[in-house]
Amino acid sequence: MVKEVERAGIPVVHICTVTPISMTVGANRIVPAIAIPHPLGNPALDKAEEKELRRKIVEKALDALTTEVDGQTIFD
Amino acid sequence: MAKLKVVHYINQFFAQIGGEEKADYPAEIRVGEVVGPGMALTQKFGDDAEIIATIVCGDSYFNENLEKAKADILAMVKEQAPDVFVAGPAFNAGRYGVACGTIAAAVQEELGIPAVTGMYVENPGADMFKTQVYIVSTKNSAAGMRDAVNKLAPLAVKIGKGEAIGASSEEGYIPNGVRVNFFEKERGSKRAVKMLLKKLADKPFETEFPMPDFDRVDPNPAVKDLAHAKIALVTSGGIVPKGNPDHIESSSASHYGEYDIAGVMDLTEETYETAHGGYDPVYANEDSDRVLPVDVLRDMEKEGKIGELHHLFYTTTGNGTAVASSKAFAAEFSAKLKADGVDAVILTST
Repeated sequence: MVKEVERAGIPVVHICTVTPISMTVGANRIVPAIAIPHPLGNPALDKAEEKELRRKIVEKALDALTTEVDGQTIFD
Repeated sequence: MAKLKVVHYINQFFAQIGGEEKADYPAEIRVGEVVGPGMALTQKFGDDAEIIATIVCGDSYFNENLEKAKADILAMVKEQAPDVFVAGPAFNAGRYGVACGTIAAAVQEELGIPAVTGMYVENPGADMFKTQVYIVSTKNSAAGMRDAVNKLAPLAVKIGKGEAIGASSEEGYIPNGVRVNFFEKERGSKRAVKMLLKKLADKPFETEFPMPDFDRVDPNPAVKDLAHAKIALVTSGGIVPKGNPDHIESSSASHYGEYDIAGVMDLTEETYETAHGGYDPVYANEDSDRVLPVDVLRDMEKEGKIGELHHLFYTTTGNGTAVASSKAFAAEFSAKLKADGVDAVILTST
């Protein structure tokens, strides 16, 4: 799906936990996530901390979208 | 001749420990035990080989603790010193396939013990590891167990004995790019004309030179002005309005959903859930923002960090869904996103 969005001419960032799969699939902008069942959260944290964590990942994703890339790039 | 010693690797599901709720099960070894698909393998091995130990590991545990899981399992295999290592088969289970490929390649590379695994050709583990280990080509679900074992067991015996391995089409493994010179019975011109005649008659023919499948898309230019950009959310994590109104399948999805989040500030337990059957749904059902970060993007919209969050999101379940289907879904909704003037997409996967 990532590739089709890109092919349509829209810059796209892929947030996922298993980044090697994202590389194989062909995403260009990749941001690592927390865990498979909760990529943008951590149920062990309290609500406020968890939202802060989610915000950091989304900020990283937006940074990735505003960064020019040459090829496949993981934004660690 | 003594039987070859085999160590077999399987996931929590095939060990009958549990489904997704047990996917965080750490690696353990059961010496002297034959578990799950190991039974079928044992039968097929006959007098050639026997499973001396089974290693079980949860799929999420393996992928989330890659280095530790790999090191622990390598130590277990080393202690057993088998003649051959067999992982799976994993069919179309993505994390299981990646685990099987990773550990089979590591056993072969780091311990010098030959290894073989099996999975469906669209499993992401196949592309990642097909040049490193033999991967038997299986059907896309465990209904193809018999077929998988019929290929996996003989190949394991062959590589365990160090026998010559034939071409992928003979042995049933996924082509690994290795080429071997041999003499064909008929010369090239004759074969080419035969192939052409078949093609002209609309009969099936087999090319001798399949084109490599390098489907890469170049990255689009970066977003210039985030504060005025329209951002859309897409997910393969199956987030849907509570009750899954369009009945998106929990696996092998046949369609995607388009949902309006105009005015929605936060995804709550009462309003949204996941339809995905390939991961433990507890956390996403409790708070779907953990998969689709609507709450955070609404905050950023208010603060003026982004222009706006697009009022529609697109969703499907990426669990065992065919590549061709995902491609068709995304081609369709990407055209809608483009028409709606979306500047960038955040796509989340579980």
